[in-house]
Amino acid sequence: MQVAVDGPWSPLLGRLTLEAIPYTNPILLFTFAIAATAGIVVVGSVLYFRKVGYIWREWLCSVDHKRIGVMYMILGLVMLFRGFIDGVMMRTQQAIAIGPDSPGYLGAAHGYLPPYHFDQVYSAHGTLMLIFAATPLLTGLGNIIVPLQIGARDMAFPYLNAVSLWLTVAGALLCMISLFVGEFSNATWVGLMPFAELPSNPGVGVDYWMWALQISGLGTTFNAINIITTIVKMRAPGMGWFRVPVFTWVNMATAIIGVTAFPVLTAALAMLGLDRYVGTHFFSAGFGGNYMLYINLFWTWGHPEVYFLVLPAFGLISEIVSTFSAKSLFGYPTMIAASMGIAGVGWVVWAHHFFTMGMGPNLIGFFSAATMIVGIPTGVKAFNWVFTMFRGRITLATPMLWAITCILLLLVGGITGMMLSASVVDYTVHDSVFVVAHFHCMVLVIGGGVFAAVTYWWPKVFGFKLNETLGQWFFWTFVAGSVLVFVPMFMAGLDGETRRLDYLWDTSLRPLMLLEVVGIAVYFLSVFFFLAMIVVSLAKREPAEQDAWGTGRSLEWLTQTPVPFYNFAVTPQVHALDELSWRKANGLEKAQPSTYVPIHMPSSTGLPFIIGMLGFACTFALVWRIWWLAGASLLAIILLVIIRSFDKNEGYVLPAETIAAAERNLSTVSVIAEQSKVLPVGGHAEAH
Amino acid sequence: MASFTKAGADTVLWNPGADAHDTISARTYGFWLYLLGDALIIAAVFACYAVLNNPLNANGGPLGKDFLSASKGMLQTFIVLGSVLSYSLATVALKRGSKLGVSLGMIGAILLAVVFLGIGLGDLAALSAAGDGFARSGYLSCFFTLILTHALHMGFGILWMLVMLVQVGVFGFTENVVARLLNLRMFWQFQASVWVVVYIYVYLFGGAH
Repeated sequence: MQVAVDGPWSPLLGRLTLEAIPYTNPILLFTFAIAATAGIVVVGSVLYFRKVGYIWREWLCSVDHKRIGVMYMILGLVMLFRGFIDGVMMRTQQAIAIGPDSPGYLGAAHGYLPPYHFDQVYSAHGTLMLIFAATPLLTGLGNIIVPLQIGARDMAFPYLNAVSLWLTVAGALLCMISLFVGEFSNATWVGLMPFAELPSNPGVGVDYWMWALQISGLGTTFNAINIITTIVKMRAPGMGWFRVPVFTWVNMATAIIGVTAFPVLTAALAMLGLDRYVGTHFFSAGFGGNYMLYINLFWTWGHPEVYFLVLPAFGLISEIVSTFSAKSLFGYPTMIAASMGIAGVGWVVWAHHFFTMGMGPNLIGFFSAATMIVGIPTGVKAFNWVFTMFRGRITLATPMLWAITCILLLLVGGITGMMLSASVVDYTVHDSVFVVAHFHCMVLVIGGGVFAAVTYWWPKVFGFKLNETLGQWFFWTFVAGSVLVFVPMFMAGLDGETRRLDYLWDTSLRPLMLLEVVGIAVYFLSVFFFLAMIVVSLAKREPAEQDAWGTGRSLEWLTQTPVPFYNFAVTPQVHALDELSWRKANGLEKAQPSTYVPIHMPSSTGLPFIIGMLGFACTFALVWRIWWLAGASLLAIILLVIIRSFDKNEGYVLPAETIAAAERNLSTVSVIAEQSKVLPVGGHAEAH
Repeated sequence: MASFTKAGADTVLWNPGADAHDTISARTYGFWLYLLGDALIIAAVFACYAVLNNPLNANGGPLGKDFLSASKGMLQTFIVLGSVLSYSLATVALKRGSKLGVSLGMIGAILLAVVFLGIGLGDLAALSAAGDGFARSGYLSCFFTLILTHALHMGFGILWMLVMLVQVGVFGFTENVVARLLNLRMFWQFQASVWVVVYIYVYLFGGAH
């Protein structure tokens, strides 16, 4: 039944042997030294400051949407850094390995990475950046902000929310451990068929990649279900569909993509798994398999996934442009329609990733036209942002700088995308680094949006602003690095450089490659400024106002800063799209509730963490074909779920006096003074 | 600047009663969304079946039209629908608050599901024994996967019903138990719908390719 694999196999450890640990590779030894040092420092400081209990109770067991969101973001940032290092390796390799006379180090004929290793580096770069950096960063932001923007206490399913997080973490762990135990996939982040099938790829690399995607995909699907249910069922009273803030709307569109597209990936990877483990022939080159079937299924998920990532970034830009122009968003209904339109059209453009498949002129025409149609709603958004800024009172704070840059990047990425949607152009530049530069412009929109949002909402979550000076240094170095890396890449692509090359024969590309390395060095500076920004801000901790930027518009700025764990002491009644602006216009922004009612809160539980770690054990065992461990951890997960269903713990109730006391401590003196001024209205609210 | 409506003297700013939302409705809605995602998994397998149901992908082995029996499939369909009927009677009993009725309905649903699985898995075993197992060809890989994906759903449904039999007995009809019974009803009807599509698409149309 099970497919025989090359090499030794034992019932206890499966394929795992001492040879799986790449202790002969100096690069990986160096990486391991860094990772181990970082791990020892983190674990050591937790032990030294006696924070084990705190971390376990307050973070790992937390079902609070804000804490979960913060953990998602930390995961995303760590993975972003690792993905960046992969990028550094690719750029330096390509800067060295040009022409037959180029030197070779560390056992490579040219450059310092042998082809097999280089292939793993770019496969890991793509997988990590999209699945384990961008996705957790955006999911984390959605987790933190969406319930606040709609005036909810938490997500609809707080426990499921924690499960989603820990499943994603399990996938990231799988990617990380592949560095030091075994190898990662060399079949690109897409998984090329039939190359990723067992006969041509008998190692564990593809298995690592496959299971990492599979388990984190499950987490993302659950999270999408959670987000939709939260938005549909838990909006504050008075918040009709056309009073939902635009970031929440894009999360709705994104979650619809998540719940419909991710299952297709699950199915495609499950079929690949069947091929690799039990010997079916879905994607085999022979035996009646069809390997183009895989790439169609993959991009049926993959293209909606692209919009899954970029739509939240559009939402972030909308919020920030409107706040820092001190104006309501221009064309709010068209923004919603455009988001939903992009999400919908995203389903019918997947074949533009492989126009060269040979699908015939009719299908090419359809997919080409469908792709061009995406430009319409995206253009609507770009114009809406510009019109929002038009005659606005613009403040060029760091978030706004990021947002404006995102619009410019979207223009470059979008227009090159339109070029690529014309199949004749695509045939010429297919698989060239022109395409790579195009989609990096788009993912830089995501990155820029995330950095904008981190700066923008940081005070809301932590109670103090990030350092503005260092934030601007970070911004300018990041932008300079992006220009220096990706403008030469566009040019190299038009000069005919194809993707994923560990060696360039064309020596005329050397100046461009060197320019890209300069860009990477500037990126390194930006990483330094980012870390400096965090450290300096943490040290200073200047308390932020409730409405940290002074021009906040939506509900999240109405509650205390930092947000108390129960979000809103009393659920607000919503009167307008920009509720806080409405309250400001009526002089009600300082109004406090005059009575408090008890709040029902979910209890913390360690079960999601345990389930996530069992998921990691199960997938790790499957990678190494340790059947007993895989079976045992799967069984343990099922039993834990059943046992939990017998648990009668329904959370706890926070008494009204506790909330009143907490609110008194959080509120500043000035707020209390203001409160007496507006008491007639607040006092009347008491009667309801 | 958009013009805002003026706040009047009777404007309500806070709504302390808004917290008590209907948890059962949120849970069934969330589960319905899960079923939507699950349906997409099955749709992907169907898409593969549509592609691979082709002599080119039979690798010299049989296609569905060579071994599928529409009448036997019809029998299976009636068994599945009978199982759904039995569970529906359980939900009727739930409305009356009868523990016995709910339990009997679920036991009936389980028994019919086991009979169904016996027939289905027996067919697959016979096919494998004849040398036409899932590793024979791309087509057979997809056929086995499609049938077994549905069978896996049934298996989970049976496990769920067994757990619910215990919970109805131990807890009675608490909010949690009722929410789970309602979700299980959706799940059970979902797997039946999947089977009906399998029957139409694979058993009835399969031969006509």
